[in-house]
Amino acid sequence: MKNSRLKLLSSPYIVWAVIFIIVPLGMVFYYGLTDKTGAFTLDNIMAMMSEEHAKALWISLGLSLLSTAVCFFLAYPLAMILAHMNVNQHSFIVLIFILPMWMNFLLRTLAWQTLLEKTGVINNILSFFHLPALNIINTPYAIVLGMVYNFLPFMVLPIYNALVKIDPNVVNAAKDLGANNIQTFFKITLPLSIPGIISGITMVFIPALTTFVISKLLGGSKILLIGNVIEEEFTQAGNWHLGSGLSIVLMIFILINMAASAIFDKDGEGGLL
Amino acid sequence: MKKIFLLSVCSAILLSLAACGNSSSGENGEVIVYNWGEYLDPEAIALFEEETGIKVIYDEFETNEIMYPKVEAGATEYDVICPSDYMIQKMLENDLLAELNFDNLPNAKANIGASYWEQSKEFDPENKYSVPYCWGTVGILYNKTMVDGTIDSWSVLWDEKYKDNILMQDSVRDAFMVGLKLNGFSMNSVDAGELETAKNSLIEQKPLVQAYVVDQVRDKMIGNEAAIGVIYSGEAIYTQRENPDLEYVIPKEGTNVWIDSWVIPKNAPNKENGEKFIDFMCRPEIALMNFEYITYSTPNDAARALIEDDDIRNSTIAFPDLSQYQNLETFQYLGEDADRLYNDLWKEIKSE
Repeated sequence: MKNSRLKLLSSPYIVWAVIFIIVPLGMVFYYGLTDKTGAFTLDNIMAMMSEEHAKALWISLGLSLLSTAVCFFLAYPLAMILAHMNVNQHSFIVLIFILPMWMNFLLRTLAWQTLLEKTGVINNILSFFHLPALNIINTPYAIVLGMVYNFLPFMVLPIYNALVKIDPNVVNAAKDLGANNIQTFFKITLPLSIPGIISGITMVFIPALTTFVISKLLGGSKILLIGNVIEEEFTQAGNWHLGSGLSIVLMIFILINMAASAIFDKDGEGGLL
Repeated sequence: MKKIFLLSVCSAILLSLAACGNSSSGENGEVIVYNWGEYLDPEAIALFEEETGIKVIYDEFETNEIMYPKVEAGATEYDVICPSDYMIQKMLENDLLAELNFDNLPNAKANIGASYWEQSKEFDPENKYSVPYCWGTVGILYNKTMVDGTIDSWSVLWDEKYKDNILMQDSVRDAFMVGLKLNGFSMNSVDAGELETAKNSLIEQKPLVQAYVVDQVRDKMIGNEAAIGVIYSGEAIYTQRENPDLEYVIPKEGTNVWIDSWVIPKNAPNKENGEKFIDFMCRPEIALMNFEYITYSTPNDAARALIEDDDIRNSTIAFPDLSQYQNLETFQYLGEDADRLYNDLWKEIKSE
């Protein structure tokens, strides 16, 4: 009885998953592993080895790793501050932090374009104070800035969740036993927050690796990321087979990342909320 | 009791859904239009619906390349589409277009200028499938306060002086048009050597380019963000209105003269409504309304005669005398292999 009711309740999700996850994935694999005539081929997968594609992949990996690192070093102290606040204050601060996420991702990225432009807001303020202009728009730095800005909340929230779950008695016990603050942090707090860190890394690294909008808007389309290559295969070049093949290769990186988080986060503690 | 309540709620929802279903198609059916973004005055659609009782379902695309697979796959059955020249040729070659019945298009026959029908023959040899809607050139938009000397050549886009002040088009054919014309080749070239030369020019240019953009050329030039940009003539009038320092020029090496035309796909469910829509858009006062809204040159001579502002009616940007320029061409569909070659070379440029 209970089982059948559970099945009934989960059926909308199963239908959803089949239509919007399983079928599209199947289509990506079908297109990726066939050529125009419908015959099986691995060419679309191997195309990742070509000079332009490999270069785009390396740049994407580099920039997304850098953004993930920056996000981590910004997010961890912030999450600790949040976790140590009393309940009323922290829900307010968390709200302030999540508030920008309610705005559309594209709009926020466009806003950065307006801020960073040569005649943009930031440079107007700098020139008012006779300070040198900031020329990072259309460079990789602007792309990293856009990634960090957009994905930072996805790093803060899981780490924050992991930190608030740490039993204060454990920390107190360490201090009772003579550990100083630094020792307590490295021996107790940090290891106990690893599930949150891994989850945060996954949630920042994967969208950063696959983005094409940020490099278009903040990189001036001068830096070709693997996301841009795939997007253009679908929209401009009309070669869905190659686009799908490259997507499959990208999926491998995502799977590696997910496997790593599964190893570290056995109890599923590092969920976002 | 509870069940009765539930039932009544359900039936109320169903009824309202059914009501929605009814009101969504007009009394005389509907017409599904697929057009470029911001390429029609919404007021014109309202007038059409009011007069004919035909409900317009309006959908927009950003590039010809995004539009094509949707129409080819037949996922949505459109009644009227507005592709560009070379894409119409491709759709014709792949047998996707329906022949128009010009008896239903009196305004198109009467108002569209003869020279535009003539030019349309490059992609629609017998003028049987398409009705010109907008046309224009591609040229250089520059800021008079930020450049010196006369600007009249594509080579200015390779001038070190303007490093980081140049905006290029972020689309394969438009970018290669500039590279090919600079080197004196046809912009419809499929010669591997010529394309290689153009590619090398574009790679050489890349360090000078501030950004590769499409629609944003307009906003960036208005905001004095760059000195020189490659732009469609239709946008030039709008940008000048917003920033009087801007000037548009057709380079002496020649450029692209393009036409966007109304067509009806073979699988159109409401072909007659589609023809009514096209003909309505060809009425002088409606064409004028659209011209004033989108500022892209109209091939509708009757509408042009109605323009009150002399400066606009005789504007050399909106209505250039094409006989004064050399090496003007219209894009042609080059076939799948050439498309592939262009895309591969473009990727090499972008990843440089």
